[in-house]
Amino acid sequence: MESHKGVTLLDFWVSPFGQRARIAMAEKGIEFEYKEENLAQKSELLLKMNPVHKKIPVLVHDGKPVCESLIIVQYIEEAWPEKTPLLPSDPYQRAQARFWADFVDKKVYDCGTRLWKTKGEEKEAAKKEFIEILQVLESELGDKKYFGGETFGYVDVAFVPFTAWFHSYESEAGFSVEESVPKISAWAKRCGERESVKKHLYEKEKVYEFVCMLKKRLGIE
Amino acid sequence: MGEGELKLLGTWGSPFAIRVRIVLNQKEVKYEYFEEDLTNKSELLLKYNPIHKKIPVLVHNGRSVCESLVILQYIDEAWSKSGSSVIPTDPYERAMARFWAAYIDDKVIQALLGILKATTEEEKTYKISETMSVMELLEEAFEKCSKGKTFFGGDTIGFLDVTLGSYLTWLKAAEKLSELILLDETKFPKLVEWTEQFLSTDCVKEIMPEVEKAEEFITKTLKPRWAAASSK
Repeated sequence: MESHKGVTLLDFWVSPFGQRARIAMAEKGIEFEYKEENLAQKSELLLKMNPVHKKIPVLVHDGKPVCESLIIVQYIEEAWPEKTPLLPSDPYQRAQARFWADFVDKKVYDCGTRLWKTKGEEKEAAKKEFIEILQVLESELGDKKYFGGETFGYVDVAFVPFTAWFHSYESEAGFSVEESVPKISAWAKRCGERESVKKHLYEKEKVYEFVCMLKKRLGIE
Repeated sequence: MGEGELKLLGTWGSPFAIRVRIVLNQKEVKYEYFEEDLTNKSELLLKYNPIHKKIPVLVHNGRSVCESLVILQYIDEAWSKSGSSVIPTDPYERAMARFWAAYIDDKVIQALLGILKATTEEEKTYKISETMSVMELLEEAFEKCSKGKTFFGGDTIGFLDVTLGSYLTWLKAAEKLSELILLDETKFPKLVEWTEQFLSTDCVKEIMPEVEKAEEFITKTLKPRWAAASSK
């Protein structure tokens, strides 16, 4: 039984879901041990800590596992409440933040994946849908510095890892984030200047290399 | 914090709306209920949930909160002084509650629909065994979360109780229509006991729809709809 004190994150380098946890902990100044998982050969620890889904990320805190990226981020927020809050204190504002993080969760990854996994008409439809998703998010962002307002918050943490995938999505589907949603593009650049984000997101070219590798493996042209 | 005008848009059968109503009932919070016709969405619904256009929607002093689990947490925080806490206070227990709530919402409807929509005996058997696996996990989750007490939430109904409990009418309807027993007390003694305790609680009794109504809806509305969709 892994009952040692401290925080471990079972993760996969390019996973935007894992990056949410890494960035949240970096924002709050929480030290953690990073364990890279080989998803083709999952470790015993991962299978023990997440027997239900067998997925990363898994946060292990003093031997106890927390699974599902947004649940992990909320746990980090609540277990270390004194450090840099990611959620506002007003219940209505918190509800709005939870709603928008859930929106990102429901929409961005699945539609984004279709941008490189599909071809022809399907890809065109996915592109249209993806741009609409970005436009909805841009409307919510408005002229704010971050989704959290003046401070980088929960919704920013939920969405920012996908900014490293913008270049891949643009290249695959043939559109420009900057042209379609300039405010989101500007927000992404602002986030990119934060230490936590700089440290834990990979360069867009590296992410695209990974997407191309996946396409090849899956036999997609 | 918890004063002012409160509206809830929902439908009689939606587990997502049912769970919100149970919690509002438990906290003795008064609200105006609007039954929505999802085949003809009201202007109110489109105004207060323009993004998803779904129910439930809670409208508090003219501001809307959407997504049932977000609504439950909002009610807990806005009416923190009324009744018992819906979500546990310990961060780890909260994470567990959120995890299992997400699991329940992901798996239970799919499991029940799988059984009801199965067109062959083989498919039905497969879907039933999938459902049994889900229930095994939930029996284990109940042991861990309840810690020997009556409900997932302990002595009183909480987040997980209403999340899973909101499906019970439909689960029982699926049992009757498919002539099988899912809530088998030899396999899932704790869940079966929990079901009885949950359904006999006052704040739940008043809200849970009759199983017969659900059966009728499945037979007269859903099954024809599914048949029409699959023949296209």
